[in-house]
Amino acid sequence: MVSMTTNAGFRAQARAAMAAPRSAAVRRSSPSLVGASESALTTNRKSLYNRNATCRMIGHVDPRPELRSHGPVSCRAASYDYDVCIIGCGVGGHGAALHAVQQGLKTCIIEGHDIGGTCVNRGCVPSKALLAASGRIREMQNEMHLKAMGIQVGSVSFDRQGVADHASQLASNIQGNLKNSLVAIGVDIHVGMAKFVDNHTIAYGLPGRVDVGGQVTAKDVIIATGSVPFVPPGIKIDGKTVFTSDHALKLEWIPEWVAIIGSGYIGLEFSDVYTALGSEVTFIEAVDKIMPGFDNEIARLAQRTLITPRNIDSRTGVLATNVKQGVPGVKPVEIELTDFNTKEVVDVMEVDACLVATGRVPFTQGLSIDKIGAETDRRGFVPVTDKMEVLGKDGKPVPHVYCIGDANGKYMLAHAASAQGISAIENIKGRPHVLNHNSVPAACFTHPEVSFVGLTEEQAREKAEEEKFEVGVVKTSFKANSKALAELEGDGMAKAIFRKDTGEILGVWIIGLHAADLIHEASNAVATNQTIQDLKFNVHAHPTLSEVLDELFKHAEVDPPKQEGAKKSPPAKSAAAAPA
Amino acid sequence: MSFVATRAAKAVGLVGGQRRSVSKRVVTRAKVRELFMPALSSTMTEGKIVSWLKGSGEKISKGESIVVVESDKADMDVETFYDGYIGSIVVPDGGTAAVGEPIAYIAETEAELEEAKSKGAGGAPAAAAAPAAAPEPEAAPAPAAPAPAPEAAAPAAPPPPAAAPAPAPVKRADGRVIATPYAKKLAKELGVDLSAIGGSGPNGRITASDVEMAKSGNGAPAAAAPAAAAAAPAPAAASSAPAKSAPKPAAAAPAGDGEIQPFSSMQSAVAKNMEASLPIPVSRVAYTITTDKFDALYKRLKPKGVTMTALLSKAVAVALTKHPIMYAACTPAGDGIIYNEHINIAVAVAMPDGGLITPVLQDADKTDIYQLSRNWGDLVSRARSKQLAPDEYSTGTFTISNLGMYGVDKFDAILPVGTGTIMAVGGSKPTVVATAEGMIGVEKQMTINLTTDHRIIYGADAAEFCQTLKAVIENPDDLTM
Repeated sequence: MVSMTTNAGFRAQARAAMAAPRSAAVRRSSPSLVGASESALTTNRKSLYNRNATCRMIGHVDPRPELRSHGPVSCRAASYDYDVCIIGCGVGGHGAALHAVQQGLKTCIIEGHDIGGTCVNRGCVPSKALLAASGRIREMQNEMHLKAMGIQVGSVSFDRQGVADHASQLASNIQGNLKNSLVAIGVDIHVGMAKFVDNHTIAYGLPGRVDVGGQVTAKDVIIATGSVPFVPPGIKIDGKTVFTSDHALKLEWIPEWVAIIGSGYIGLEFSDVYTALGSEVTFIEAVDKIMPGFDNEIARLAQRTLITPRNIDSRTGVLATNVKQGVPGVKPVEIELTDFNTKEVVDVMEVDACLVATGRVPFTQGLSIDKIGAETDRRGFVPVTDKMEVLGKDGKPVPHVYCIGDANGKYMLAHAASAQGISAIENIKGRPHVLNHNSVPAACFTHPEVSFVGLTEEQAREKAEEEKFEVGVVKTSFKANSKALAELEGDGMAKAIFRKDTGEILGVWIIGLHAADLIHEASNAVATNQTIQDLKFNVHAHPTLSEVLDELFKHAEVDPPKQEGAKKSPPAKSAAAAPA
Repeated sequence: MSFVATRAAKAVGLVGGQRRSVSKRVVTRAKVRELFMPALSSTMTEGKIVSWLKGSGEKISKGESIVVVESDKADMDVETFYDGYIGSIVVPDGGTAAVGEPIAYIAETEAELEEAKSKGAGGAPAAAAAPAAAPEPEAAPAPAAPAPAPEAAAPAAPPPPAAAPAPAPVKRADGRVIATPYAKKLAKELGVDLSAIGGSGPNGRITASDVEMAKSGNGAPAAAAPAAAAAAPAPAAASSAPAKSAPKPAAAAPAGDGEIQPFSSMQSAVAKNMEASLPIPVSRVAYTITTDKFDALYKRLKPKGVTMTALLSKAVAVALTKHPIMYAACTPAGDGIIYNEHINIAVAVAMPDGGLITPVLQDADKTDIYQLSRNWGDLVSRARSKQLAPDEYSTGTFTISNLGMYGVDKFDAILPVGTGTIMAVGGSKPTVVATAEGMIGVEKQMTINLTTDHRIIYGADAAEFCQTLKAVIENPDDLTM
């Protein structure tokens, strides 16, 4: 363990580094932050080279026995092409690259498909375009709601192709921005599918192309290859009547009745889009309730605002074991439903289209990570340590190889990947860093939005049972918020779950207007180890939706400190800094 | 969908960090408790389970909502007073039970779960015993306070004449019922039996329009007992068609050639309130009022969002301020007059699914016409989606029923129990009149017809009020102030 002061030092550094904005444009506009990270950089450069000196000497064998034990791992000559090579240019790889350059590392990226990865091309970004358009349509079709504000609209119609184009244009726009932001700071982008030769050497190429490809060497390598939609066995994708989010985002047609297999974020967001565009939706969920990952109370409110008033029903506790493709407008899709417990076929549904939203699987095939003495787990994830180092078959970290984002499966969200990328660079720079995943917020961009950070109330109570502490729960309603009422969007609530004894924030959930934007006050508080009573003193502009959280925190009552003897400061969480 | 009452309650409760529970009755019996159908309003005699939020065997804790119940007016969450486990659910989703009847058994500990389950399984005796046992503890009669139940009196608008025959809904050859989510939802709301109708969608799929068509009278007859029908879930329908059709003739037999459609909760509430009005001695007074100026005023205000209903309610409220007896009520015991403090105008609204509800414009005399119009718009839209809270439909002290828009000349309204007067408003039409100057002229006239509780309001009282109302309507400019 490092001493408290070092620990705090690391934390401060890490925080300064984390605070450095990601996009180049923003960075220019905030010189003070850049200055802070750069001073950190100069002080650390020395230690970096010292630490790795043994590895840089020609012909020298690394004296550390744990490294020698890796047969195929080379510890080779000093002259690498790059300091860092990042495989995959999704949001994770992009975040890592920006931070690497900022830390003075010569960086390259190898990308086999599209710059921007899933999020930008086939995920969060285009789906937000669809949700934005369909949200407007829903709003304008809600005559009563508009009338209550004194607005009258004629008939509302939309052009499917126009909505679809908005999504694809947004994706290509963001893709361009992303690429430019990397090129502008001198990151080399190589095109091709990457393959390990050893832990410092990557070969890349495209199948069937002899003109593309090559080999690069780098001192450190970060795997950031991401994921692809998971399609359960028995389901054949045709991209027309049976499809995944990849195809659905193109919005090539609007089926009258869509079955959505899986009621997680992806399924929920698409149900929001489809119902706004006039489709009817049936959820097929293997667990016995829809929205299984949600806090129960939030799920219930979500049910009432996002499901019940819309043309949505659900089949729970069943698996779609066989899906037969249809022909749009001619032959329906047939979905065989099997009871999750008894494994008996219980029904065959006939719908117009079937969206498979059963989660995602890592895209790690073809990486040849056996060449570096590692292997993926049963589902294809690359095992990693808390510091994002790839774990070898022997259970020890493979030197100089890291894996971030969906490929390691720790938290499959774009911004989590980016945070992990920054964390990996910190570790590469010799500043041990562990990302606190409990501080990573998540959001579902339905209308209204749902967002959270940390645990559900149920998980928190379980933890409390085990660790013997008391849980406090506070809630506020959007109905009591002036801004929400001005928007006539009073449906929604926020709840915070915390330790009664210390005020440590265990989880915060929000459902309501702009919930996805509101969660950051809570997630940043968790990331910086603030207690709920610290937050009571923060000031929020009136009237804003942020007052929903203001009110929430003010309601929280934390036990007064016990008598003198038992007095303890809030527990130091190893959140931002790891034991060295 | 319709949770306003509880949601509002929760909003209050949440602020304090704890929740206020809605009226409910949970009666203790040994360690396995029965959860009874609660009385959610003073007029509620039976309730329909909209959905169980908790399933059999699930752990429940005090204050948690476990079931959503549809009363005659609104849907409400019912919370439990106890920690424990749901043993068995006696009345499933969509089922109906009388107030005070057990709807589920709750075990205090997991050990008693089996006992609780068996109680539910041996349902027949338990359920039979319940009505005898239940009433004595708590399911007593409704509170004695004057709880006006203005289940309004005007006959609901007749259904539109049957449209052209349906395109070509076909039943599936394999006997299965395939219906879209919206069709299912609509069928549940409208009380249409999906297994009895054909579908016009691909492969005989039933769509929302098929359900609407069936409801409007063109569909095949609906099964008689929804409770029985509900017992056969979709998968079972895969069994052969003959088996399914067998019970139908039997059920339909008592009805002869016609069909029986059971009342919705709201319809049965209306029926009961109508019957309850019979013992009250009423008298009727009709009056003709000229509306030219009133119509002109309405035309001027309409662009500002003022509705005829609000304007009329406002006029009545203004007239009522001079006649407190007209919005008074007779005590339930029939031994005194309750002079009400507020002029709350209830206005009968026919619901699209055949029910009738009387949203209330509170303090119509003191509220300005624009606010009144906004309130009315809000009330109507929420009434249509069954989201009214009890005090939004049950606190009227004077009721208006208006069929003028249908061109009705004059009609008779039934006095809602617990109030003193209901006013039936006919249509306003141009009429040739002899004017005060002795000339022949054309004026727009409408006829109002007051039905009053003659125990407290006599003919002369009603006539005096009519005079005042005529004065207000014929010189309406003050209404905008």
